[in-house]
Amino acid sequence: MSMPSPEQLTWFLLFAPLVATVGILLFTRRRPMASAVLSIAAVSLSFVAAVKLFLVVASGAVVSIPPHIWLAAGPLIVEWGGVVDRLSVLMLLVVTGVGTAIQVYSVGYMRGDSGVPRYFSLMSFFTFSMLGIVLAPNFIQMFIFWELVGVSSTLLIGFWFERPAAAAAGVKAFIVNRVGDAGMILGILMVWGYAGSFDFAVLAGKWQGLGLSPVILAAAAGLIFCGAAGKSAQIPLHVWLPDAMEGPTPVSALIHAATMVAAGVYMVCRVAWLMAASPAMMTVIAWTGGLTALMAALIAVTQTDIKRVLAYSTLSQLGYMMLAAGLGGTTEAMFHLTTHAFFKALLFLAAGSVIMALHHEQGIWRMGGLWKRMPLTFIAFLIGALALSGIWPFSGFYSKDEILFLALEQSRGLLVIGLVTAFLTAFYMGRILWVVFFGEPRDGVLYGHARESSMVIILPLGILAVLSVAGGWYSVVPHFLNPGLVAAVPSDKIMAGFLAVPLIGFLLAWRVYGKAPTDDAVLRRILGPVYRWMENKFYFDEMYGWLVDSVQDTIALVCETFDRWILQGVGVGGISGITRGLGGVVRVIQSGDLRFYLFMAGAGVVALLFWWMRL
Amino acid sequence: MIIGLDHYLAVSAILFGLGLTCILMRRDLLLILMGLEMNLNAANLALVAFSRYGRGADGQVLTLFVIAIAAAEAAVGLAIVVALFKNRRSVNADDFRSLKG
Repeated sequence: MSMPSPEQLTWFLLFAPLVATVGILLFTRRRPMASAVLSIAAVSLSFVAAVKLFLVVASGAVVSIPPHIWLAAGPLIVEWGGVVDRLSVLMLLVVTGVGTAIQVYSVGYMRGDSGVPRYFSLMSFFTFSMLGIVLAPNFIQMFIFWELVGVSSTLLIGFWFERPAAAAAGVKAFIVNRVGDAGMILGILMVWGYAGSFDFAVLAGKWQGLGLSPVILAAAAGLIFCGAAGKSAQIPLHVWLPDAMEGPTPVSALIHAATMVAAGVYMVCRVAWLMAASPAMMTVIAWTGGLTALMAALIAVTQTDIKRVLAYSTLSQLGYMMLAAGLGGTTEAMFHLTTHAFFKALLFLAAGSVIMALHHEQGIWRMGGLWKRMPLTFIAFLIGALALSGIWPFSGFYSKDEILFLALEQSRGLLVIGLVTAFLTAFYMGRILWVVFFGEPRDGVLYGHARESSMVIILPLGILAVLSVAGGWYSVVPHFLNPGLVAAVPSDKIMAGFLAVPLIGFLLAWRVYGKAPTDDAVLRRILGPVYRWMENKFYFDEMYGWLVDSVQDTIALVCETFDRWILQGVGVGGISGITRGLGGVVRVIQSGDLRFYLFMAGAGVVALLFWWMRL
Repeated sequence: MIIGLDHYLAVSAILFGLGLTCILMRRDLLLILMGLEMNLNAANLALVAFSRYGRGADGQVLTLFVIAIAAAEAAVGLAIVVALFKNRRSVNADDFRSLKG
């Protein structure tokens, strides 16, 4: 058998998970184990294909997949194809690799749930959609998979739909994403309107040379960025991500930490030519990222649900990536995206292991002293926390360093934000570590039940832990993305500074939480009213609630009044009223009296007769 | 006096008038049906007369059809009257006025 061509590999990689989805829905709906095997087989085969593609691309070969025309309507031509370059291959590896680990983990986490086949069919469907985004060579194809990802994310957030909170969170994610996507499709149409193509390669070649005004360039980039802000949960469209934690923990790990939320960053990197054409928009993107990073880190400090802390830290790290992308650092953004996918998936899966051991308790103030009970989970979480905080020599240190260095070179303001965020990150991760794993057990019953998780849980943790440690070494990722890169290595003094910031954060966390307190009283006292702001997530949800309640409902009331009284009352009601009135008059002769009818018939004949005779 | 077409038609018209009067004046459904039969026979008489004094046998053929259909119609009509009587214990036309708009 000859080696499959890169094109065949690509299509196999994309469609294997879809085949698994269909297979589960058709054949194994009642067999949880068979569904899991099918789904995991598909995603791991995709991973193997991704590794092969990686080797092909890494060898320097250019893989080109000729596009097929899918729709052609006059000047509107939509093609179907795939793009395999360094950027997409890296993303393919992350999606399928982390996806495989998480799906294996899911077997343990979802054991006993009645919806396991549905779970795995959705996971496979998500993987298919996500791979579709990564491989898309044009805007339309990307947008289609973009929406498919949104749908599968919504369905997985609301996986336990019998819980109202989960169903509501799913709907919220969908609606907030729709706001972003509305902007994105407008942006796509705008780009097509000016450049006449959807194809990334074609557009990248001619977009700068079209001589468009800065306003147009900024508007197109900004509208496209709306979609990225929605998927990657940037201010002000970040509100859905913390609520998405209502889904099963492996879903949070795969979709709402490692892959889907990274799609926005990936897209911004993919269309870097579009963003770079508008320096103003680049600044907006960088500052949006910076502010998201800072705000989410502030909120994370006050959250008491272990998954919500991780969710806000995800927001914060996505902010870093956007910051890097906004400063033109595509390589840095993708580097951090990759390492983040490793350590954040690890953190979520370790948190899931804790949550499972404590019978689905998620409040950190009912945990404590768990390292003795669950040493392996503890080690995994510790590695994840150190990597996230950017401690040497864990992967997060390298990728975050590069972003901070980028900021140092270009913008002092963003550097300060980045450093403060790094400090806060270390602080809240230290808080979680000390509250959850050290100190005294706060709930004796829960602590008594806690046991280390089974192998099927620990194995993926181990793999991800190794990647979280080593993912940043020798800058493999940046060099792969950008082979000609001669990185400006920051001096030792700067490196030491970047390393000192998270260490101070950890130390402070130890000072505040090291003595096994039972709540956040110390922090609450020190910060006063600021703490309340942070605790209430800066009142974003309340603000949106107010917007909907007052503004939207007022408009709706006006529309409803117009509809009810003008359209319904005068328009529809008028026509039907006239008909009914006429009917009422004619109805009088319909008495139901047989002899009256006969008399009328006879009288009619007589009348006709007379009329005829008279003529 | 020679009996001509006019005489037949006059008898036919009188017969029709009697039938119509019966239909309009009586309340009993059976009698209304009888009036109806009388109307049909008035028409038959006219048709046969036309056939006799005109050319061709069309009118007579038509009459045969009318007689056959009248038989069927009488059977259906009487069945309806019987059914009504079974349900409502009445054959008075004024008792059945639910068929109205």
